[in-house]
Amino acid sequence: MGVIEDEIPATPPVPGMQVDVISDKRAARREKARLFIKSPSALIGLGIILFWFVCAVLGAHITPHDPFATDGLSHDPPFTNGYYFGTDQLGRDVLARIMVGARDVLIAAPLAAIIGVASGSMLGLLMGYYRGILDDVLGRLIEAFLVLPLTLVGLLALSAAPADWSIIPGIESSTQTVILVVGLLFTPIVARTVRAAVLAERENDYVQAAKLRGENGLYIMTREILPNVMSPIVVEFTVRIGYAIFAIATLSFLGVGIQEPTPDWGLMIAQEYRLVIGGYWWVTVFPAMAIASLVIAVNLVADRLQEVMEL
Amino acid sequence: MSTTETTTDTVALKLDDLHVAYDVRGIPRPVLRGVSFEIHPGEAYGLVGESGCGKSTTAYAAVRYLPENGHVTDGSITIAGQDMLKLSAPDLRALRSSRISMVYQDPSQSLNPTIKVGAQVVEAFTVLGFSKAEAKVKAKEALHRVRIADAQQVLDRYPYQLSGGMQQRVVIAMALACDPQLLILDEPTTGLDATVEAEVLDLVSTLRQETGAAVLLIAHNLGVVRRICDRVGVMYAGKIVEEGPAAEVFDNPQHPYTVGLLRCLPRRGANKVERRLDTIPGSLPLIGTVLPACVFQDRCVLATEECRTVAPPATQSEAGRTVYCHHADKVSTLVAAPLQAPVTGDGVGEIVLHLENVSKTFKQGHHEVRALVDVDLDLRAGETLGLVGESGSGKTTLAKAILGIHATDAGSVIELDSQTLAGLTTARTRDARRAIQIIFQNPDSALNRSKTVRAILERALQKLAGIRGQEAGMRLASLTDEVRLSPRHLDMRPRALSGGLKQRVAIAGAFAGGPRIVVCDEPTSALDVSVQAAILNLLADMQREEQASYIVISHDLGVVRYLSDRIAVLYLGRLMELGPAAEVFAGPHHPYTEALLSAVPSVDGDPPDRIRLTGELPSAINLPSGCVFHTRCPRAIKGTCEALEPPLVEVSNGHMMRCHIPIDELRTLQHID
Amino acid sequence: MLIFLIRRIGLAIVTLFLLTIIVFALSNVLPGNVGRQIMGPFAPQKSVDELNQRLGTDQPLYTQYIKRMEGYAHLDLGKSYKSREPVTHVIGSTFLNSTKLAFLALLITVPLGILGGVIAALRRGSLIDRSIVVFSLAGSSLPEFVTASFLVVIFGLQLAWFPVIASTGDVISPAEQLYRLVLPILALVLVYFGYIARMARAGVITAMEAEYTRTAFLKGLPRGVVIRRHVLRNALLPTIAVVATQTGYLFGGLLAVELIFNYNGLGRELVRAALNKDLPVLSAGVLLIGVVYMVATLLGDILISILNPRVRLGDQ
Repeated sequence: MGVIEDEIPATPPVPGMQVDVISDKRAARREKARLFIKSPSALIGLGIILFWFVCAVLGAHITPHDPFATDGLSHDPPFTNGYYFGTDQLGRDVLARIMVGARDVLIAAPLAAIIGVASGSMLGLLMGYYRGILDDVLGRLIEAFLVLPLTLVGLLALSAAPADWSIIPGIESSTQTVILVVGLLFTPIVARTVRAAVLAERENDYVQAAKLRGENGLYIMTREILPNVMSPIVVEFTVRIGYAIFAIATLSFLGVGIQEPTPDWGLMIAQEYRLVIGGYWWVTVFPAMAIASLVIAVNLVADRLQEVMEL
Repeated sequence: MSTTETTTDTVALKLDDLHVAYDVRGIPRPVLRGVSFEIHPGEAYGLVGESGCGKSTTAYAAVRYLPENGHVTDGSITIAGQDMLKLSAPDLRALRSSRISMVYQDPSQSLNPTIKVGAQVVEAFTVLGFSKAEAKVKAKEALHRVRIADAQQVLDRYPYQLSGGMQQRVVIAMALACDPQLLILDEPTTGLDATVEAEVLDLVSTLRQETGAAVLLIAHNLGVVRRICDRVGVMYAGKIVEEGPAAEVFDNPQHPYTVGLLRCLPRRGANKVERRLDTIPGSLPLIGTVLPACVFQDRCVLATEECRTVAPPATQSEAGRTVYCHHADKVSTLVAAPLQAPVTGDGVGEIVLHLENVSKTFKQGHHEVRALVDVDLDLRAGETLGLVGESGSGKTTLAKAILGIHATDAGSVIELDSQTLAGLTTARTRDARRAIQIIFQNPDSALNRSKTVRAILERALQKLAGIRGQEAGMRLASLTDEVRLSPRHLDMRPRALSGGLKQRVAIAGAFAGGPRIVVCDEPTSALDVSVQAAILNLLADMQREEQASYIVISHDLGVVRYLSDRIAVLYLGRLMELGPAAEVFAGPHHPYTEALLSAVPSVDGDPPDRIRLTGELPSAINLPSGCVFHTRCPRAIKGTCEALEPPLVEVSNGHMMRCHIPIDELRTLQHID
Repeated sequence: MLIFLIRRIGLAIVTLFLLTIIVFALSNVLPGNVGRQIMGPFAPQKSVDELNQRLGTDQPLYTQYIKRMEGYAHLDLGKSYKSREPVTHVIGSTFLNSTKLAFLALLITVPLGILGGVIAALRRGSLIDRSIVVFSLAGSSLPEFVTASFLVVIFGLQLAWFPVIASTGDVISPAEQLYRLVLPILALVLVYFGYIARMARAGVITAMEAEYTRTAFLKGLPRGVVIRRHVLRNALLPTIAVVATQTGYLFGGLLAVELIFNYNGLGRELVRAALNKDLPVLSAGVLLIGVVYMVATLLGDILISILNPRVRLGDQ
């Protein structure tokens, strides 16, 4: 009864269809968290991320073999000599290297995303709030930036960057360069998203009211507008982590990203994909599966988060 | 067109005990709780009620176009003898194309933006089986029928190139393509200017007589229903509570809700000085909540135990009236709000705000648009000035210039307490800023949803009154008390509050710094009628207590009349008339004011000799010569008005008018003694 | 329409100009020493200086930029640091090969993606919708080289249906060429299908919920007519924009795919140039891809303006 099956009706023509009025921000957050974990796909995503997180934290403590030890150039296939995923052409345990390889990705991708989201949000706030010349100039520049595919700009920037420098101790300098470059490349993309959100938000009368109260631009941007554009920023952050994994893996695969001896999934594939056709498939397939699982997991989480946030 | 002709005496639409529920997160929430009524061929039936009462749902259920989560849970729908709930998809389609038509709010959304108007109108005919060529001829005729003179030109355009009124005519033309037996109009004039609304309503009345179609009109505006409809049903919380001939229901309501609703309205020249507005206690039930047997019981003064447990039966009375109330015989005992205690002492004081030659020109591409032209105005302490005019008349621009949101043109003078004000709020002193504040139309937009009420008001106190800490805490307590908010509301966020409570928070924010002038920009348009009354009372109280001056903008002339002491009428950025509210409303008035007043449909019925405006508002880029109003003025004097712009002259004490016609002649023309 | 076109092309020229600055700035991110980078840390300082002088990289940055721009204006893209060949030679033929690959991939992806998106939207919530959504999400989120690796293992090694080396010599027939390109094309299709399908799905859903669609249904029009005439046209506008930008980004995806399948295209050439620090080749190639992107979006905007009168006639 009701709707006939051959059409999708328009949006509810019912005003005031708000049934559950959520009385409190905390309650609202709880409600969102509840909706989030109700989705099986998001839970699977979280589980996969957690698994790689454990691998990254415990690293060599839980791997069956030393990820750096070479076993006489054995190039063993899977399930031989106690190597479940086989060994690479230098005789290193593929499983151990994949598990340890999670560490760099899980440090690098969120850091790159943080750099991109922080600087992009700042730019987006400024552009969206002040508009005018600032927005025009930066907007054109961003437009020009977005003309280029991410990996291509990364390739260009990384090939021109010097290899020996360091800000964050404990991370390989090649990794640091990748983090910085990917983070900077994200900036214009995030700025564009945040700008759009701010533009919509500043149409609200409370912004006008704040001006009439004599608030300055900084207060209005950070205290009035920013809290209300946090959901798109959070969503953008998770989406960016996914893209960061994508970009870092690709750049490493192309040979300009993370360098030896750091175990890295993209790098592992780069070193042995030509040998696949000779039958040495495992050194390519297992890291590829690792990348795929992590990227898809992050995207599942980001997708669901976006749905929940838009409610 | 497979359906067979049915006999003429069957009803056009019959709903019998219709129940509809929406599934929200898997739980069915009842929206219609047993709606029954009939519309006979040729009859116009109006459904009225506040938001959420289920009037639109009734219409969409009738044509079986509920959203995916909506279900008819009980009852039946019969259109032209056919059981709608049992129709197959092709039969339903045939019925829709040949017998039922629907027009709804916001015509700009109901036309496809990427297809020319012509193709869309033609389509309404080809679906009836006409050939392309025949349909094209028919399309042109259809536009003529809705009084579009230059049909071919309109057909060749895209929807966005037409004005709102023109778009709605096109939609109506399409709806009439099949000579429907039932025409459903869902808020067809909401969002249109009063003058355009009047035109569309006139058109609907004429077409109804021409086609003989039955009409179901859904509107929250009781005046619109009274102007169009023969009979009316008043809905509350998914039920019809009272039904009968429109004039009788509105003039002599028999259900406590109808009585309350009508008393909430500022009508018949009601003004804050004389009388408070009635309010209905309590608030509208949320959709889907469990209600007592009589849905209005919670808010009814007359309610007894019986109302909670026994559903009130339909009580038929004389002249086809039906009331669903146990106590309909006692409605005459419902007491109206008391008359206002006469204002003591001074009333209106010194001049607070002085405007001289205020102009504002916008650049639009290569064109200059003069949104305000040499406006001179004074505002006294404790006085309310109402701004009236169609959209594009400059009322909002004027308010924004006073607030310092727009910088005015060179030569404009805005003085506050005889001190010249800087153009933009950023350049003004803190004292100037606290002196002029605003209450916005939509509290959802005016309150930052990420802050608590306390945070919002404390910040306002800090910035406007310059107080913080304990002092702010005490002032906060008295401020919330003044706007009748309870302390428990302070730690809530806006979305947890009802519309009326939100507007109270906004009012408190505007009054935080003890303002001299408060701009009220459509302060109640986003609210339901019963809530509107309470807010209007509050605004009147606040003004009396704080001696603030108001500038009130509203398209609802009843609201303006209620709050205002003086009225300024604007047209294309020019002040056309300025005077004491009572005089401006009573007349003799400027022909434009006259037209505006008679355009507004009144719940008390319309005077027999309404004057009608024709033509569209001229483009501000290409202004008419002479008096800017002469192109639409029904009283224009040939040879004079198009040549010479009349000056703004004082026609009686404090009453200014910009018109060539002498005041005495206007008095005769407008039959004012 | 003409005004719209002129404005749009004018903007593209501004963007192109900014792009040359960005590319130049990026290739000099942290002012390193080009000669030193090419010759390595152990070369004597004298030869490094000589090399820098020969390449012109000892001059101030703005002089280098102006020189390069002068060259570009005369269609002289400079000389490769590595081979000393003109850059036009190095990237000319490889660009053609890449275009071939990209064109074939688009030819398959665009109709397939739109079809998939529309079907998913019209069967919203069904099994087929869910499959398309998940498939799109997975496809578009995986890096191209990962997808390509799986294809190599499955179709190259396990099933051995297709060759995994795609490079085209001079002597092979078009059929043979196409056969070798199957896997690279498939890799690109898998990735870009998702972007287009997701956008098409969202567009159709929005249009189905629009009020003008309700008007059309209530006119009594059959469902097929409503969808063809009212829904699709409005729904596909955002999809066209996505197709246009993805066409540009497709060339970015070519880097990894060409490398994996060892295809002699621009992507592989640019990766080589990057590893050799051959900046003239790299920046010219990057710019070229930027131009492809701009041409694609320009065409996309023109198409949109034809379908959407508001854009075409200018919003007065």
